[in-house]
Amino acid sequence: MSTTAAVGTAPVRAPKLKTSAMIASFADPGQKTAPAPFGHALAAAAEADPRIVGLTADLGKYTDMHVFAEAHPDRFFQMGMAEQLLFGAAAGMAEAGLVPFASTYSVFAARRAYDFICLDIAEPNLNVNIVGGLPGLTTGYGPSHQATEDMAIFRGMPNLTIVDPCDSVDIEQAVPQLAASEGPTYLRLLRGKVPTVLDEYGYTFELGKAKVLRGGRDVVFVSSGLMTMRALAAAKALEKHKVDVAVVHTPTIKPFDEETVLAELAGDRLAVTLENHTVVGGLFETVAGALVRSGQSRRVVPIGLPDEFLDAGALPTLHEKYGLSVDRIVAKVLAELG
Amino acid sequence: MTTPTLEPRTAASPAQRRAAVEAAAHRIRRHALFMGEVQGQGYVGQALGAADILAAVYADQLRFRPEDPEWDGRDRFLLSTGHYAIGLYAALAEAGTIPVGELETYGSDGSRLPMSGMATYTPGMEISGGSLGHGLTIAVGLALGLRHRGNPARVFNFLSDGELDEGSTWEAAMGASHHRLGRLTAIVDINALQADGPTEGVLRTEPVADKWAACGWRVFRVDGNDVGALLEAFDAAGSGADGTEDGDGAPAVVLCDTRVGRGVPLLETREKAHFMRIEEHEWALCNEQLDAGWAAKNEEGNA
Repeated sequence: MSTTAAVGTAPVRAPKLKTSAMIASFADPGQKTAPAPFGHALAAAAEADPRIVGLTADLGKYTDMHVFAEAHPDRFFQMGMAEQLLFGAAAGMAEAGLVPFASTYSVFAARRAYDFICLDIAEPNLNVNIVGGLPGLTTGYGPSHQATEDMAIFRGMPNLTIVDPCDSVDIEQAVPQLAASEGPTYLRLLRGKVPTVLDEYGYTFELGKAKVLRGGRDVVFVSSGLMTMRALAAAKALEKHKVDVAVVHTPTIKPFDEETVLAELAGDRLAVTLENHTVVGGLFETVAGALVRSGQSRRVVPIGLPDEFLDAGALPTLHEKYGLSVDRIVAKVLAELG
Repeated sequence: MTTPTLEPRTAASPAQRRAAVEAAAHRIRRHALFMGEVQGQGYVGQALGAADILAAVYADQLRFRPEDPEWDGRDRFLLSTGHYAIGLYAALAEAGTIPVGELETYGSDGSRLPMSGMATYTPGMEISGGSLGHGLTIAVGLALGLRHRGNPARVFNFLSDGELDEGSTWEAAMGASHHRLGRLTAIVDINALQADGPTEGVLRTEPVADKWAACGWRVFRVDGNDVGALLEAFDAAGSGADGTEDGDGAPAVVLCDTRVGRGVPLLETREKAHFMRIEEHEWALCNEQLDAGWAAKNEEGNA
């Protein structure tokens, strides 16, 4: 975790982080990473499936789509900074028998092009794969680029599968499964040098499945996206406090693997959800809804972004401020356990 | 994936083609009035205004197989304006894609012919329109996808002048031009009328032709109720596309100035309204006027 210089834990003379870059890495210093896993996975999937094409709205370089474009220039279509066209055209290409992957930032897909995704893609249940960069709090650029409510927006859309991957392993394995699945999908893209974490857990991505990454007697974390990486780190840190934590990774947000998650929540361990998303309408409420529907009544502690427009700034600073850092997770769990 | 080939058009003379299309337009108008009467309401005015365009497309321009609406080699006709579905159902009945007898179910529970056109309900309905400004974006992707697959089918998008208010229409106009989608033809029904009143007072769209030309389109502007002019424009729009080996040319737009209620003087002269009210006793009069006009036109032609 690169939170050593962050607010609250910083040594007095530590330099203040200055970068509020559009594209910021959330990898820890020295962490194993894979470059542009989405672009490479899509290029590889396209070798096997001639129906796959790639589209973007002037963000090919920033969604790793450029890797696909270089590998398959005749199958890449630049639509310009026009997100309504991007998704309408993706629907048309699917109608023509192709399997499009269309990339932009999550904010533009969810907020700006919603009507086109909903009516042109989801209603006819077309195999269009929406790829959204900068999901949740993965940029320091402020609310214009921070898709803090993308899952809340998309969860209400019938037919749409929502995937929130943790790392390069998830992304590499998800891409061919997204292409193979019949209806539309939304992938919360992690781009650039993406951490490789799940290879240490004997893990494989299965669309629609949650996986128990580690068991634990005292606490159960239910997490998705990059927060699974944080959950695993926090679980390790909590060992030093004699707290034994289980981690359940739920990369598919919809349809949600209620069976696996409810089974893990059946006991009396402290239950915590962790998501890189507002606590409104995302993983926490998905889990809460599943619990209530099944007749289980129990407390769940949500760790996620507040129901606010967030600050601009450096990512480590913001993750510390809004509670996504490992230190904040550990502190929260210890406080809950009293 | 198979690669369909173009089927040659019939070698009929211009006069024969025109006569066939005008007869089809008349039947489309009769079908539309029938559906309007069944429901007691509907966008009959728009259907009558667009009947000549729909007839030119379905009776002359479009390659399709009525018994196989999903045939991969078909030209695609995308109806953006879901509320014009009454007109398209009339055209699909004329084309033989849906039985004429089914028109009486228009707008009824369980019907394949809902009031707003939806692809999942109706054979021959390519997209679900209704949320305006979508059709041309889908058409761009369809034309790109078909060309990518080596399928020479043409793509038509029928849109209303009201849809020119939508920014997405212009995103698509730029995209089609940029990608040189020569086999794409947009058809704009300029009836100069929108939900809140005349287009001029809602959001001025003129000069319409200049706007499309500035976006890099081949522009044709015709009287959309003149079948001869429509066929010339569609031929020109199509020949530019078919003239190139891979459909790699400028897209074409046919701007059609039409009159709401065309063919039924009672409705043509009625105060212009987006959703036209027609009293129960007026339907018979509408049919009489339509048939009288058609008979007079034929006598004139035979004289």
